[in-house]
Amino acid sequence: MIKVKNISKIYKIGTVESVAVSDVSFEIKKGEYVAIMGPSGSGKSTLMHILGILDQPTSGDYFLDGQKVSQLTEDEAAEVRNHKIGFIFQAFNLLPRTTALQNVILPMKYADIPKEERAEKAKKYLKMVGLEDRMEHTSNQLSGGQQQRVAIARSLIMNPAILLADEPTGNIASAQADEIMKIFEKLNNQGHTIIMITHEADIAKHAKRIIHIRDGKIEKDEKIRK
Amino acid sequence: MNDLIETILESFQTLTLNKMRTGLAILGIVIGIGSVISLISLGQAGQKSIENNIQSLGSNLLTVMPSGTRSGAVSGAMGGGESLTLDDAKAIESTTKITTINYVSPELRRRSQVTAGRNNTNTQIIGVYPSYPIIRKINMANGVFINQSDVNSMKKVAVLGPQVVESLFGTGVTNVTGQTIRIAGQQLKIIGTTVSKGGSGFQNQDDVIYVPLSTAQKQLFGINYLSSIAVEAKSSQVMESARNEIGYFLLDRHKLSDPTTADFSILSQSDILDTASQVTGTFTALLGGIAAISLLVGGIGIMNIMLVTVIERTREIGLRKALGAKKKVIITQFLVESIILTFTGGILGMIIGVIVSFILTKTMNLPFAVSLSSIFLAIGVSGAIGIIFGWYPAKKASDLQPIEALRYE
Repeated sequence: MIKVKNISKIYKIGTVESVAVSDVSFEIKKGEYVAIMGPSGSGKSTLMHILGILDQPTSGDYFLDGQKVSQLTEDEAAEVRNHKIGFIFQAFNLLPRTTALQNVILPMKYADIPKEERAEKAKKYLKMVGLEDRMEHTSNQLSGGQQQRVAIARSLIMNPAILLADEPTGNIASAQADEIMKIFEKLNNQGHTIIMITHEADIAKHAKRIIHIRDGKIEKDEKIRK
Repeated sequence: MNDLIETILESFQTLTLNKMRTGLAILGIVIGIGSVISLISLGQAGQKSIENNIQSLGSNLLTVMPSGTRSGAVSGAMGGGESLTLDDAKAIESTTKITTINYVSPELRRRSQVTAGRNNTNTQIIGVYPSYPIIRKINMANGVFINQSDVNSMKKVAVLGPQVVESLFGTGVTNVTGQTIRIAGQQLKIIGTTVSKGGSGFQNQDDVIYVPLSTAQKQLFGINYLSSIAVEAKSSQVMESARNEIGYFLLDRHKLSDPTTADFSILSQSDILDTASQVTGTFTALLGGIAAISLLVGGIGIMNIMLVTVIERTREIGLRKALGAKKKVIITQFLVESIILTFTGGILGMIIGVIVSFILTKTMNLPFAVSLSSIFLAIGVSGAIGIIFGWYPAKKASDLQPIEALRYE
């Protein structure tokens, strides 16, 4: 499913080079639930951006679903993100002043899915995350946990190959965070591949595998037995 | 197509969120388009009014004017010469060589002080033949015009234009026949007044006094030449041949073989019209040009607002790109917004421009006309401004890297 080979990311600020990710290789199979864990500045966010094709590695190869995606054009990358990757951000990133339903519909607009199908499908996913009575609420009328559930519905709407979650519980209360973790577990049980970036060990332990990152390198790659 | 409509609706929603800013951005375009439309309409109204004036001077009209007096290689101004005489006019009328004309009117124009009782005014005196009102389309309000026997016996009679009547006898006085006026020490009896032709400034036909040609030449001014000979051609189709016939006939009479040395020139109404149109056309273009500058300023205002909008919505753009929006989608979104801004401004500006030009033409007593072309121009130009000045901000938005945009706080 995901194959990362000798990926490095070097930022150049003037003449000073700073290495964010250094020669990282790993594989993630379909149906896995992986947490990428590390302290801030460890390079985990850069790695997540590369996995999400929001950023390109300086060197190395990245295969997603058998496709080499490390040197795509901007528009090609947009298409791959649209079809194969579901994003869940720490800050939710819903469109402001827009209803939950419209937020979930958004990726389908970019995929040219017929208009008639969009609302039907979006309602189905909002129901799945338990927001069937909040569909016409705008994002600022929803709590943090509710906003994150809208974001989860949005990330699933295109039936992507992987779900990429960047500190998904970082901005919400702990009771609601547990709910989000339960949804992730359920999704993983249904066969979804989930990659979660976090710096919290409590959150990371919900995953079935933890990749520890420090100073841009993999420190430890452990399987969690439950 | 459906998606485009949706994008347009979304843009409307976004733009109405910040009404103050949207209104100010539009205002620049409203003022720009409004001033272009009103100034161009005003220029065109002026042009139309001048054309009407010239047309009212008489159609199918050719005017023979003397060239300036020549002394060696230096020639004086047109109309200042003394080369045309009454005999020239009579010969043009009686010759069998010219077949394309109806009437000939010899004319002598001079400005002079005129008094009636204690009032006096400075006006144009025209020495005329009876053919004058026929050619110049002059109608009588009271009394009669000068006839051939008045001319033959050099009678001291005068016909007054309405404006002269007003300046000499006061407003509201209409019938002044039988009263007398004094010109150049001579006493003349008023035998009639003319109907107003509504001209103004350029060749005002209401501010004149007509006297018999012979009276003007011998009794008032003591000269024996003419200022001009007006000739009416049989139809507008034969204007050119009439002009040639008269030209060669007069060259022959004046014993000149080379047309370039002619001591006269022949103007048609269309020549005068062309010159006047050229002048007013230049004026209209100048006004339009000045207004176009304000439109340019309005366009820059739109660009400025759109650039601010792009910066404000950096995170939104980043999110849209992360979710799969291609460059084209982002460009379309921002272009639609700027086109809506300029287009709305264009339509409002057009309405205001039409209203302003209506008020201006009414107060200036000019014919009001809004050309369809200026409306299409307004719509087209405002749309084009939206694209031109919206393009750079839209391109800037689409070029944002999703990662940079998402990181933006």
